[in-house]
Amino acid sequence: MEGETAKPAKGRVCTICNQRRAALKRPKTLEQICRECFYAVFEQEIHGVIVENQLFKPGERVAIGASGGKDSTVLAYVLSELNRRHNYGLDLFLLSVDEGITGYRDDSLETVKRNEIQYGLPLKVVSYKELYGWTMDEIVKLIGLKNNCTFCGVFRRQALDRGAALLKVDKLVTGHNADDIAETVLLNILRGDIARLSRCTSITTGEDGPIPRCKPFKYTYEKEIFTYAYFKRLDYFSTECIYSPNAYRGFAREFIKDLERIRPRAILDIIKSGEDFRISTSTKMPEQGNCERCGYISSQKWCKACVLLEGLNRGLPKLGIGRSRGVNNEPGKNTKQAKGVESIQSKQCGNLDF
Amino acid sequence: MACNSATCQSGCYRDDNDKLDDQFPLPAPAPATVPNHRQQTTNGVSPDGDSNDSILCVKCKLNQPMAVDGNIGLFCGDCFRSNLYGKFRFSVTSNALISPSDNVLVAFSGGPSSRVALQFVHEMQMKAQKNFDASRDRSLPVFGVGVAFIDESLIVPVPADEFDKAIEEMRFVVSNLAPPIKQFYVVPTESIYSSDSDDGRNRLKELLTGVSDITGREDLLEHLRMLALQKVALENGYTKILLGTCTSRIACHVLEATVKGQGYSLAADIQYVDARWEIPVILPLRDCLAQELHTLCSLDSLKTLEVLNGHNSGINALITSFVKLLQEENPSRESTIVRTAGKLTPFHFNRMPEVDDCNIRLASQRRQKKYNLKPNESLPPESFCRICNSPLKKADVKSCKMEDGKMSAEVFRDTCCRSCQFQILPKDISAVEHFHSLLPLQMVARAEYNNLGEDKDGLLREQIQDCLLSDTEDGT
Repeated sequence: MEGETAKPAKGRVCTICNQRRAALKRPKTLEQICRECFYAVFEQEIHGVIVENQLFKPGERVAIGASGGKDSTVLAYVLSELNRRHNYGLDLFLLSVDEGITGYRDDSLETVKRNEIQYGLPLKVVSYKELYGWTMDEIVKLIGLKNNCTFCGVFRRQALDRGAALLKVDKLVTGHNADDIAETVLLNILRGDIARLSRCTSITTGEDGPIPRCKPFKYTYEKEIFTYAYFKRLDYFSTECIYSPNAYRGFAREFIKDLERIRPRAILDIIKSGEDFRISTSTKMPEQGNCERCGYISSQKWCKACVLLEGLNRGLPKLGIGRSRGVNNEPGKNTKQAKGVESIQSKQCGNLDF
Repeated sequence: MACNSATCQSGCYRDDNDKLDDQFPLPAPAPATVPNHRQQTTNGVSPDGDSNDSILCVKCKLNQPMAVDGNIGLFCGDCFRSNLYGKFRFSVTSNALISPSDNVLVAFSGGPSSRVALQFVHEMQMKAQKNFDASRDRSLPVFGVGVAFIDESLIVPVPADEFDKAIEEMRFVVSNLAPPIKQFYVVPTESIYSSDSDDGRNRLKELLTGVSDITGREDLLEHLRMLALQKVALENGYTKILLGTCTSRIACHVLEATVKGQGYSLAADIQYVDARWEIPVILPLRDCLAQELHTLCSLDSLKTLEVLNGHNSGINALITSFVKLLQEENPSRESTIVRTAGKLTPFHFNRMPEVDDCNIRLASQRRQKKYNLKPNESLPPESFCRICNSPLKKADVKSCKMEDGKMSAEVFRDTCCRSCQFQILPKDISAVEHFHSLLPLQMVARAEYNNLGEDKDGLLREQIQDCLLSDTEDGT
């Protein structure tokens, strides 16, 4: 809470119920409302998004990507609450990825395990060690603190899908919030990535793949998630990753926070713009295929995870980092590539860091 | 700044400042403004410049490059100038922006961008004049040029003596560009009201004070500026309005529109041609960076006046400083932003309307390569926002019927885009009616006109559908 819960002036009542004393200024609209009304509008909005976009069908098995952080904790809480209240008829699961980062993930996993009991949701943990044979600690020991986020990001994406397949779920939901999506829209404009720009605002992605992913928090402000977790006293883990302590302090993030201060609605407007951009369907999109090695979806011969893994196992950790992909092009040029221009890095944690 | 994307096209390079173990240490990075192929030469040069002879202009390879912001640039002065002018000329010729029969009105603020725009148009006109004088049949007329300054001193107050001095200087600049003689117009914003100037002044003031959001007020003023330009162009027989909008300004506009939720209409604003207005608007400096224009102004000592350019505020100011920061970190960032937005599908009005007069057509075809004039397959949008004239997405338009030709406040509000509804229109619906009454006629009349025009076209098309062989007008 960074002071956004303004001290209610004496006698100020909630602008929604007109009865109870206002306890906070709602970040999205700046209305002064009471706690109960805040819970109600917060949950109602998410319910509205779920219904309007038909995110779930009755009887579906749904995995919640749970990191133990505030977004996924609130998501798990709210989803199980709404599932009960509105009879979605969903079987919910928690799905966590253990990257093998001592002093960070082991602690946050403890939080998820507590959530498992608190919300009564079965938990499945998949670890990098069992999937890939490497922990992040081992990877960092080999490659240092540069590009480590590339490995982690690529592996996590696949690990979530593999975990979801093990749980035999129909859908995977993640806690990406409105701020995250607005930031991605901006970053894709700054980078010139028109293909990603066209799909980064979809609420459901990977519908053609085996397990679609969706983001019920697409229109939910980060600040409101914070506020909700704070008032509900939810049990979440708030330490940053030890290998990338500033991962989320990118320029674009700062800019969005500045915008929000001037005009809270700007975050929703950016998402609206992202949805409305006139991108012609003939814009070249990478063709989706399968990795020849592990069968995971990939636009190349080998998926990114396999390329990175190959590099790790062969002692060439720079393989697959940078623009050209060694294995997918010519294996003979690996050494040259590893030494070559390491100019443009793969996507890290989605920020423009300096 | 590195942007950490495998698909990044911005050409940025990660700075290797962090001294972490790297198995393959890279050579020291070259200064950001110097491209890699020059690295070897620059690395061997001491800052004193005693071996400066080895660095030559990348184009002519004869002269020393000039300094840009303390760094060594790519070009020598002459090559820099011709390169910049080349970008201008290329955008003019490849998009058929100016034809010989045109009468071009340059929107002149006194700032570096419009100053360079004026200079370049003048040079182009001079060359056309020379060709005209030399040619035997004199079949190609020389396009005309006029200059308009929009006087916003009513809204952005400037001390009277400073203002008069600035106007005098501008008049001097314009008169020095002749021959051929260029008219100079000083147009007060309130001229958009047809009534007498006192009444217009009051209405304009009241209109702008009615907008509580500072960003909204600034944007409304910009829309009014365009109306004033349209009016002066129309009244004085101009056929094109030329703006000095450069890459850097467009990059800011891309983010401004995104942040204001105008993603749908964004593509309309950032093309070389914007013919949704009665007088088409052209942006021939679309590919020039603000920094290049600045450099040219100081290189050729083109006088610029910053007095009259009010600084922006609110969201627009935040974006300007954000883009400036990004540009400092990576000199190609502005271009990347514009290139990204350039991939969005433009609208049907983002190309020059075909001229009917075949004499002119033949004449202009002789000198213009129109290879960028591919027709856009997009269908005309239904309607435009009354305030900002941006095309509205069909899904966002509520069907509205006017009752007895009079428009209610609700209906009026529904004919504005979401962004204008939020940042320009009064929140209170009862105040909207009064606000509507203060708007100039051009805005009030806009929607009806547009709807009518397109409905008629669509209807006609429908009736002759069976004899049409292709979906586009020109049969491609």
